Parts: sequence; structure tokens; C-alpha cells
Amino acid sequence: MDAGLFTANNVWMMICTALVFFMHTGFAFLEIGLTRQKNTINILFKNIFIITVGLLMYYIGGFNLMYPGFEEGSMGILDFAGFGIAAPENGMTAEYADGGYTWWTDFLFQGMFAATAATIVSGAVAERIKLGPFMIFTVLYVGLVYPIVGSWQWGGGFLSTLGGENGGFYDFAGSTLVHSVGGWGALVAIYLLGARIGKFGEGGKAQAIPGHSIPMATAGVLILWLGWFGFNGGSVLSADPATTSLVLVTTCLAAAAGGIGAFTLSSLLYKNYDLTMFLNGILGGLVGITAGADLMSPNEAVVIGLIAGVIIVLGVALIDKLKLDDPVGAVAVHLICGMWGTLAVGIFGAKAGMDQLIYQLAGIGAAGAFCVLFAFLILFTLKKTVGIRVPKEEELEGLDIHEHGMDAYADFRMNQH
Amino acid sequence: MKKIEAIIRKSKFDDVKKALHEIEVNFFSYWDVTGVGNEKQGHVYRGISYSTADIQRRYLVIVISDEFLERTLNAIFDSARTGNVGDGKIFVSDMLNAYRIRTGENGHAGIN
Repeated sequence: MDAGLFTANNVWMMICTALVFFMHTGFAFLEIGLTRQKNTINILFKNIFIITVGLLMYYIGGFNLMYPGFEEGSMGILDFAGFGIAAPENGMTAEYADGGYTWWTDFLFQGMFAATAATIVSGAVAERIKLGPFMIFTVLYVGLVYPIVGSWQWGGGFLSTLGGENGGFYDFAGSTLVHSVGGWGALVAIYLLGARIGKFGEGGKAQAIPGHSIPMATAGVLILWLGWFGFNGGSVLSADPATTSLVLVTTCLAAAAGGIGAFTLSSLLYKNYDLTMFLNGILGGLVGITAGADLMSPNEAVVIGLIAGVIIVLGVALIDKLKLDDPVGAVAVHLICGMWGTLAVGIFGAKAGMDQLIYQLAGIGAAGAFCVLFAFLILFTLKKTVGIRVPKEEELEGLDIHEHGMDAYADFRMNQH
Repeated sequence: MKKIEAIIRKSKFDDVKKALHEIEVNFFSYWDVTGVGNEKQGHVYRGISYSTADIQRRYLVIVISDEFLERTLNAIFDSARTGNVGDGKIFVSDMLNAYRIRTGENGHAGIN
């Protein structure tokens, strides 16, 4: 390969790595925006913990757990290539990964993805989870669950070869492997944790607990959308002109359609222009297109996005109906739309077909079963030993002052609720 | 001297201010307050409707000479009224004295 092309590929992949890193700003803004000001520092603390410890866990063992180089004839379920990271001999040459990027870039790009899975959980459990147990959960979830599930597909494990000659499960950038993995963890966590005080009133009727900064949430969603240029664009794993540009088009169209879908349905249902639904719809569209961003035509991307937007509105209502409390809509966005996006690969686009749909279902099922089991095991153990929920008094007064001894807006206090 | 406290709609503040200036009541203080009353404002957040009884209003404090009382009250009635529930309230009380800090003048001279 031409050295110039190799360099161009690698530069694009490093830009994408930086964009995925920036998504953590987006997650942080979205989560604090949709929650109350008295818990802001606690949420930011979790987010910062996730990106730092997530990266270190990926360095210690995650990367080698996710890309263990399954041997020919192995089951492709679990293997480990050793602790630490060291570039292979050809790692800095165009021979590695068809010249798409260097080995270092490979590590860092994948490492940025890893932390995302735990960040998804952090939004759902906001405002009531105890910090210590959450940190233990994060370490285990990012360090073990995410890489093992990832290895089944991206590491060349059993999901990628389900159909033998005919291919297998397909998840371009992680509707299942990243978003659903986080979403399943979030679902289990909010089930074990219980709802925030005041979320369900007399007779169990869901109550509104408005977020404290809608501008912040809006900025967060726009930052996440920008980050998705790297999340999906980088998942091409090179700067291949045709594929990267198609992926950016399908990604953006699905985001736009997702927003419009959610906005339209929520306006019709609730006779109200709810910006937070509009925002969640954009994220739903993005998660929905992620599994097949390289397979879809623009028309198909728009349809996938629109449906994802509809799913968001119904999903948020469903979570409330189930008496589960998800302050930021993480389950609807990442789990339900993640499943939708994964299934969409079998319904629309270049790989559509009954066989593919079955592979997709198998992937969703395998990832789901493992994540639910593991998340339940960790969180249930923590719940029965150290407890996962803050005391009532702390929840009412805010986690910021109790866990951190700080106010997020020390000199600015208009309306504490 | 009298103290007039008026709770009015924020949307009527400019009209009230203008009406007071027209009758030469040029000095007063105000701040934004939140109250609780019969009026409920419908809100919707993420598909859940809820009602808040928190009512945002503006609170004016005006200190005037006795002979200004009637026209001040009329000015507020005329400018702050919409005819709907929630137009607000006016309270009148006696004021013992008023001082101008710069000069030490008191009484009528203290407020004008």
C-alpha cells in the first residue's frame, strides 16, 4: 500500500478516535441536563470515572480479551491474549489491518468505545445509586462484560461465523455490542435499584421529575451526534472514500429522521412540543442506524431512523408503565433502539434476508442473556452486601453534598427541588 | 404616608410602570416572586402531564403620600387588570416615616 494512503487512513481513524472520546462530553451534558441540580457533581464524577477507568481496564486486559485471536476450530466464546498492550511486529506498518490504521490507533479507538457501554448505565441509575458500588460495577462491566461480548463478533468469535460460509451476525458499529450491552446493564440496574423517591406517586402513577438544564441536554445531544461521525465513520476501519462518506450520510439522515419521528409522535400523543423527546429521538435514530450504517441506502436510513424515533416515545412510556425509573431514557435509546437497529440489518439493506434476521436475533439473544446474567450477578451481590442505594435523606438532599461535599453551582441557586 | 404592595402579572409590568409614571409615581421597587394559589399551570415532561401551582408574579412596593393613594390604586387597577383569574392583589398599609439616606430628609421629602 502507498504510504500516503496508509497515513491518510490512520489520520482519519485518529480523528474518529477523538470524536468518540468527545462523546463522553455529550453523555455528561445530557445526563446532568435531564436530572436535578442537586445530583450534578455525582453524575459528572461517575462519567469521569468511567472514561478514565474504562481506558485503563481496556489497557490492562480488555483489548486482549476482546481481540484474543481465536484459534482455528475453537468455540470462539472466551480467550485471552494476555495482560497489557504491546504492538505486534507489523503493527506500525500497512500490513496490519490492511493498512487501515496502526495497532496503537486500533487500541485507542476500541478503548474509547469500551467506556461508552458503562456510561449508558450511569444515566439510567442517576440520582440514587451509591458511588462506591457503581464504581465496582463499572470496573467489572467495562473490564469483562463488554470485551467478552465484543469478542464474539468483532474479535472473530462465534457470532461472526454463525452461518459458516454465509457469514453470520452483523453489527457494523455496535447497536448490540455497545449500545445494547450498556442498555441491558441499565435495565437490570434500574430494576434492582428501584425508582427515585417521588417518581411514582399515589396509586403508582408516574410523575414528572423535570431535568434542571434543558440547554445542557440539547448541547449534549448535538455533541453526541457529532461524536457519531467518529463512532460510525471510524467503524469503517479505514478512510475508504465510498464507505466512509456513505456511512456519514446514513448516520446523519437516521439521526434527523429519528428526531422528527419522536417529535411528531410525542406531539400527537401528548399535544405538547417536548424537546427532550425530540432529543431522545435523535439518539434513537443514531443507535438504530449503527448496526447497518454501511449497508443502507439513504431511504432505508430515513425509515430506520423514523421507526427508531417512534420507538423512543413508546419506549419511554413503556418504561414508566413497568414502574421502572430511567431519568434519561437510556433503556429506550440504547437497548430498545439498539435491538431495532440490529434487527433492521435483517430487514433492510444489502444483507436483508431471513437467514440474516435469524443471525441478528441470535446475536441479540446471546448478548442479552450474558449481559443480564452478569449485570444481575454483580449488582445483586452488591445490593445484598454493601447496598447499592443511597439513604433516603441523602437522596432528598442531593448526592452532591453528601457524597462529594460540594455544590455544582455554588453561587447560583434559584429553585431547588 | 402609605405603602402599597401590589402583586401583578409579569406580563402587565410594563403597563403598570407606564401608568404609574403618568401619575408621577416615579419611584418604586419590585422583585419576582413565586406564590401558591388557585391557578394551576399545566406542564408536560416526557409524556407525563403534571400541574404546578407555583405561580410566577412580580411584587411591587410603592411608598406614597396619602393624597396619592387613590390615583395610584386606580392606575394599578386600570393597567394590571385582564379580567381573568390571577390578576393579582394590592395591599395598603400605613407607613410611619421615610428617610432619604443622602440628606437625612424625612416624611414627604424623603420619598420624592
